[in-house]
Amino acid sequence: MGEEDYYLELCERPVQFEKANPVNCVFFDEANKQVFAVRSGGATGVVVKGPDDRNPISFRMDDKGEVKCIKFSLENKILAVQRTSKTVDFCNFIPDNSQLEYTQECKTKNANILGFCWTSSTEIVFITDQGIEFYQVLPEKRSLKLLKSHNLNVNWYMYCPESAVILLSTTVLENVLQPFHFRFPPKQAGTMSKLPKFEIELPAAPKSTKPSLSERDIAMATIYGQLYVLFLRHHSRTSNSTGAEVVLYHLPREGACKKMHILKLNRTGKFALNVVDNLVVVHHQDTETSVIFDIKLRGEFDGSVTFHHPVLPARSIQPYQIPITGPAAVTSQSPVPCKLYSSSWIVFQPDIIISASQGYLWNLQVKLEPIVNLLPDKGRLMDFLLQRKECKMVILSVCSQMLSESDRASLPVIATVFDKLNHEYKKYLDAEQSYAMAVEAGQSRSSPLLKRPVRTQAVLDQSDVYTHVLSAFVEKKEMPHKFVIAVLMEYIRSLNQFQIAVQHYLHELVIKTLVQHNLFYMLHQFLQYHVLSDSKPLACLLLSLESFYPPAHQLSLDMLKRLSTANDEIVEVLLSKHQVLAALRFIRGIGGHDNISARKFLDAAKQTEDNMLFYTIFRFFEQRNQRLRGSPNFTPGEHCEEHVAFFKQIFGDQALMRPTTF
Amino acid sequence: MAAAAAGAGSGPWAAQEKQFPPALLSFFIYNPRFGPREGQEENKILFYHPNEVEKNEKIRNVGLCEAIVQFTRTFSPSKPAKSLHTQKNRQFFNEPEENFWMVMVVRNPIIEKQSKDGKPVIEYQEEELLDKVYSSVLRQCYSMYKLFNGTFLKAMEDGGVKLLKERLEKFFHRYLQTLHLQSCDLLDIFGGISFFPLDKMTYLKIQSFINRMEESLNIVKYTAFLYNDQLICGLEQDDMRILYKYLTTSLFPRHIEPELAGRDSPIRAEMPGNLQHYGRFLTGPLNLNDPDAKCRFPKIFVNTDDTYEELHLIVYKAMSAAVCFMIDASVHPTLDFCRRLDSIVGPQLTVLASDICEQFNINKRMSGSEKEPQFKFIYFNHMNLAEKSTVHMRKTPSVSLTSVHPDLMKILGDINSDFTRVDEDEEIIVKAMSDYWVVGKKSDRRELYVILNQKNANLIEVNEEVKKLCATQFNNIFFLD
Repeated sequence: MGEEDYYLELCERPVQFEKANPVNCVFFDEANKQVFAVRSGGATGVVVKGPDDRNPISFRMDDKGEVKCIKFSLENKILAVQRTSKTVDFCNFIPDNSQLEYTQECKTKNANILGFCWTSSTEIVFITDQGIEFYQVLPEKRSLKLLKSHNLNVNWYMYCPESAVILLSTTVLENVLQPFHFRFPPKQAGTMSKLPKFEIELPAAPKSTKPSLSERDIAMATIYGQLYVLFLRHHSRTSNSTGAEVVLYHLPREGACKKMHILKLNRTGKFALNVVDNLVVVHHQDTETSVIFDIKLRGEFDGSVTFHHPVLPARSIQPYQIPITGPAAVTSQSPVPCKLYSSSWIVFQPDIIISASQGYLWNLQVKLEPIVNLLPDKGRLMDFLLQRKECKMVILSVCSQMLSESDRASLPVIATVFDKLNHEYKKYLDAEQSYAMAVEAGQSRSSPLLKRPVRTQAVLDQSDVYTHVLSAFVEKKEMPHKFVIAVLMEYIRSLNQFQIAVQHYLHELVIKTLVQHNLFYMLHQFLQYHVLSDSKPLACLLLSLESFYPPAHQLSLDMLKRLSTANDEIVEVLLSKHQVLAALRFIRGIGGHDNISARKFLDAAKQTEDNMLFYTIFRFFEQRNQRLRGSPNFTPGEHCEEHVAFFKQIFGDQALMRPTTF
Repeated sequence: MAAAAAGAGSGPWAAQEKQFPPALLSFFIYNPRFGPREGQEENKILFYHPNEVEKNEKIRNVGLCEAIVQFTRTFSPSKPAKSLHTQKNRQFFNEPEENFWMVMVVRNPIIEKQSKDGKPVIEYQEEELLDKVYSSVLRQCYSMYKLFNGTFLKAMEDGGVKLLKERLEKFFHRYLQTLHLQSCDLLDIFGGISFFPLDKMTYLKIQSFINRMEESLNIVKYTAFLYNDQLICGLEQDDMRILYKYLTTSLFPRHIEPELAGRDSPIRAEMPGNLQHYGRFLTGPLNLNDPDAKCRFPKIFVNTDDTYEELHLIVYKAMSAAVCFMIDASVHPTLDFCRRLDSIVGPQLTVLASDICEQFNINKRMSGSEKEPQFKFIYFNHMNLAEKSTVHMRKTPSVSLTSVHPDLMKILGDINSDFTRVDEDEEIIVKAMSDYWVVGKKSDRRELYVILNQKNANLIEVNEEVKKLCATQFNNIFFLD
């Protein structure tokens, strides 16, 4: 297996903490993603390390017994420590507030606290075996205020901090899940709302064993902006399924939970789940490999549920060397390979893997480059890549690759890829446009929902494709020109199909390529059917081609005419061709003949060395002078003295028009 | 307009008069170098029609032409005589390749009148034929020959005079029968191409289709695409104009009957039944299911001035869309290839054809109701050979029907001759018989001819009318008023 084959990796710079051992307890807080290393109950120190802050928080606290759970509130304002099954202790970390601990006992009698979750910087939820209690912490008063509570039997609970949803397992089979959602209107006390409960279907089990839903088999994660409950359904011998599967229940903000997707694992054994970049990663311990699923890729829909298979063949996470820090690093000692898929690994959502025995916390990452070669279907590859966060450069490299000589894709495939890119591009342009229109209409103040659309990496505009793919592609000498033009056409077709205005530089690229291969008749066709949109620069480019291809002149004039804003250019073109009369007729036809420079036309007429033409033009301007100023004479400002002299020299003084008097 | 034509003057079969249209008297090709000595004159003659003419007369006629060309060359070395006018006929000379001369002799139209004593009097109409029209016809004869046979010189190189003679005989024997000299007009001078009007998106779809077909069939060198007998894209102009002429006046009309017959007709039933698509070969195998089907395609020669390419012409059609695939003659298309082509191109072309049809109808609806306008026009652009005529009805294999009186057509030809004489843009307005006006306009390599019929119109009104026409029909091109 080559290195380029691994598509999952552990992050390069893990969070390192003191290994778990009898005197050092390690805790992980999913909300703040912090690791707590509590030595001797805190007496000899607590070290808190988060993924982003490289400066750990260290403090000491009195050893008041075994720590069961320890978490900071959001923004590290208040520390909560659970040491008994009835109480939670608090300690303010806000400057100027007392740091003396204070304690809150759970309200429900005879209840045992299973754990607690911070839902904001000052709000906390206790989960007991008899329900939940929602408190507001008043740090300055060193006390808590009960906001709301709810009674029900709880087997275990799970908290998803991203969506602020707590899931409670109830009933004997543990498989009825009750979600609660917490909302935080700004500057107000939070609210707790109960969502509809739902039941997880358990696989049929032999009668002797009691089926139940294990906490280990449930995960919660946000995938493509939606909250899902992931249930790992193990292979049951009684059913004829071919292996374990992951069932995704969609938990909407409002409405009932619905079973939506089933990920087929086709294997049995021990699994663990992560969600990375909206992909569901399923680790399999027995084979020490992982597979990924993308619920946006097309699966088999049976009318209610969509079945998915792994996007790619199973692969191990890329082998990882434990970096050696400290003085040992100086020596030539080689780094130690890390045992992957170790039984001491603990996996947290969405993308966290912790090895407590080794003292590391990693974020799992997806590597996109190796996937390019593992997914031969380019359309599916694009669908996959376009949903990934860091996709831009990989997509551009896929585009370059499919146009390279060795890996050249067929035109229908290229067309599919372009269509997929432009579909995404168009979606963004539309969103931008409706945003701009809404702003213009003044809705920005009234509607808080109005947000400027985010440009993700999946939006590859024309300049991206031009700069990174097409401009280099057309330069390749070994490419047959037919293929080059077909590809450019395919891209332009795709843009047009999505009603995206094609940029001038793409047109220029097409023209350049056609001219290079002397394919003028093709160029003519493209212009005839307006594939190349009219523009002044394009018209000028055509003018410059006249010496190679005479009809370019006509094409250029037609284009200038259609633009209807290029009348001056038309006059210039005609004059440069010594078509003085035609220029004059044109400008008269559009009613602009009162404002033109007589000198310019007389100069051009003189250059033709056609005296009759000069006479005609001269007479025209005399008449204009007469009409506008009541006298046929030119004013000094017109600088036509030399032309008047020339006229007299050729035709005599008497030929000058006489002022008409009324 | 039919009534107007009848009122425009004497119809072809007016009472007491009998009219005979111009007719081909003879047609011959010779090379003076092949028999320079006395007694060898016969060797000069490469082709002679009608073949029945006695040998000495052939030699005499060829000798006469040679003499005229030689004689006129002394006055104009670079431009020897193009035609010779006589009372009874007119001779046209053309030297398409060095020393190879083609001559066409056309009899002037005849009016046979009854004199008072009842005897028929024959009157030759010496000024009826337009030199430019028939010179163009003669040049077209060569172009058509060259399209299917290559140059004279190439035949000489391949197999000497014998081969050249064989090829000429084989080709012109049939081709001359299809010359319809009585219905030649301005359009023969232009030798233009009618382009199919199309929106950008549909054009891009067609281009994309062609590129894909060329890629998957991989031996295709060039492709041309036509819809409704109108061109959408094809070869370089000079080769395309003659190929277009062949397709629209010869190949397509020959295949029109089975199409009109519809799907369930007996003619249709004989053709290979393919329910997936409407595609079929117009050249090459008729029945793909017949294992003995012959995959012979006409050969054509293009770019004879430089690369000199010999190609097989595969014409494949689905509904109104026809596509010509041209493949190198060294490659021999097999029945397997034809089947593959049919299976790849057939379904896609069928879909594309209905797309084009749909789009065309939408565009037509958008451009407004097609009212019968008060004028007819012919437009030609020398730069892209685009031609548009509302004067001519649909072309048939036998004649090109016009909806106006021949006299008006002749005025058009005269105006065209005037235009040729000068390079400048100009405009000519002619008051014709009855209430007809004929206007010719030339602007930067474009020519427009308008025939108007307006009672009691004056010059200014006619001028205004033409301006209006230009503004509506030609608003997107630079056409000077």
